[in-house]
Amino acid sequence: MLKNRIIPCLDVKNGRVVKGINFVELKDAGDPVEQAKIYSDGGADEICFLDITASNENRETTIDIVRKTAKECFVPLTVGGGVRTIQNITDLLLAGADKVSINTAAVKNVDFVKEASKKFGSQCIVVAIDAKKVSDNKWEVFTHGGRNKTGFDAVEFAKKVEENGAGEILLTSMDKDGTKSGYDVDLLKTITNNTNIPVIASGGVGTLDHLYDGIVKGGASAVLAASIFHYGEYKIKDAKEYLNSKNVSVRL
Amino acid sequence: MNVTIVDYQSGNISSVINSFTEVAKGKVNLEVTSDIKKIKFSDKIVLPGQGSFKNCIDSLNQIKGLVDTLNEFAITNKKPLLGICVGLQMFADIGYEEAETKGLGWISGKVSKIDNQQGKFKLPHIGWNEIEIQKKSKIFKDIKNKSHMYFVHSYEFIPKDKSVISATTDYSSKIVCSVEKDNLFGTQFHPEKSDKIGLKIIDNFLKL
Repeated sequence: MLKNRIIPCLDVKNGRVVKGINFVELKDAGDPVEQAKIYSDGGADEICFLDITASNENRETTIDIVRKTAKECFVPLTVGGGVRTIQNITDLLLAGADKVSINTAAVKNVDFVKEASKKFGSQCIVVAIDAKKVSDNKWEVFTHGGRNKTGFDAVEFAKKVEENGAGEILLTSMDKDGTKSGYDVDLLKTITNNTNIPVIASGGVGTLDHLYDGIVKGGASAVLAASIFHYGEYKIKDAKEYLNSKNVSVRL
Repeated sequence: MNVTIVDYQSGNISSVINSFTEVAKGKVNLEVTSDIKKIKFSDKIVLPGQGSFKNCIDSLNQIKGLVDTLNEFAITNKKPLLGICVGLQMFADIGYEEAETKGLGWISGKVSKIDNQQGKFKLPHIGWNEIEIQKKSKIFKDIKNKSHMYFVHSYEFIPKDKSVISATTDYSSKIVCSVEKDNLFGTQFHPEKSDKIGLKIIDNFLKL
């Protein structure tokens, strides 16, 4: 039976982790490679880096981090943030990323998703959708951390990226992100019911129960979380044991 | 020992290179190349594969003499070869991804889309799934039944002769996820992405 995945996410800026784990035993709390290794040794099913570096000059640093991490972590590695061109994807994959996550570039031009999945295969193309609730059971796609409206309906857009070859959808609720009050389960349910590719739930996790809701109530294939793992509040292992105790199948 | 990872310019093979490099450290001389002379004289070959069946076959055919060299290595000389993901699928006679495409024909059978029961199962089949060992395979030494491996694919290899199947995994049906036939080994899952247990499979292959 296919297991539900738990994916810790690390935000990386100019080569340093900005929202990362704050374990006392860390030699260098800002070193993304060391943190990724802790997650992978702890049983993470995949690792996700979100590059929030503002300038293009510092992108090389991210590539370097990916290269170092890929030499030490032998679970899938997804990298997102600023992926805009075929060359960006080529660089990340050559450095050792297994998947890239495309956000704004997919909204601007869905053909880019098509081109990328044709060139590299759907298995490595994740489309990140940031959605905000606009009325009852209606969500709109936003970009730039929820600042820019796009006018696209989230469900329609999700279907569109699936048609264009996306292998997975990373779905973040902009209403819930950072609130620690749980995923937007209605949004998740709506998107998972209307698409046939795996959906990764993101945005809002504060407790282990929220992970359960994302999978069982929302229908997500994987759950992504950042802050609950950051401060050693919960370890990956705690999350897996909890889910397992509630009959959600995970890789133990 | 010389082991070659065949780089035929199709898909992303960085992870394959990384994990084989990790396991081979100081023990095995690892080459990543499409140079047919080097392939000819290696002791073992790893044939990775990402993207579509058609794309991979087309890419193999684009390198002059490569398919003949692989045939000679695997079929005439019967030296050990490990196919990963589409690398395994290409062992088949025929594949149906994108367009009907002739495979290498090393293990009789076809590659078709997983029947996902009208959307009941999401495709691609992505993530960690348990393998059910069907027969003893040299690359499964010290690998427990029901071990978790990392999968990402939408197509499955259906061999005619079921005795080549060394493991299956359960996703809408029993999907063939590993084969062994004489010197030929193949995994549908990605040992290079399957954590320590995956590295063990790589180690088993290198130690053959």
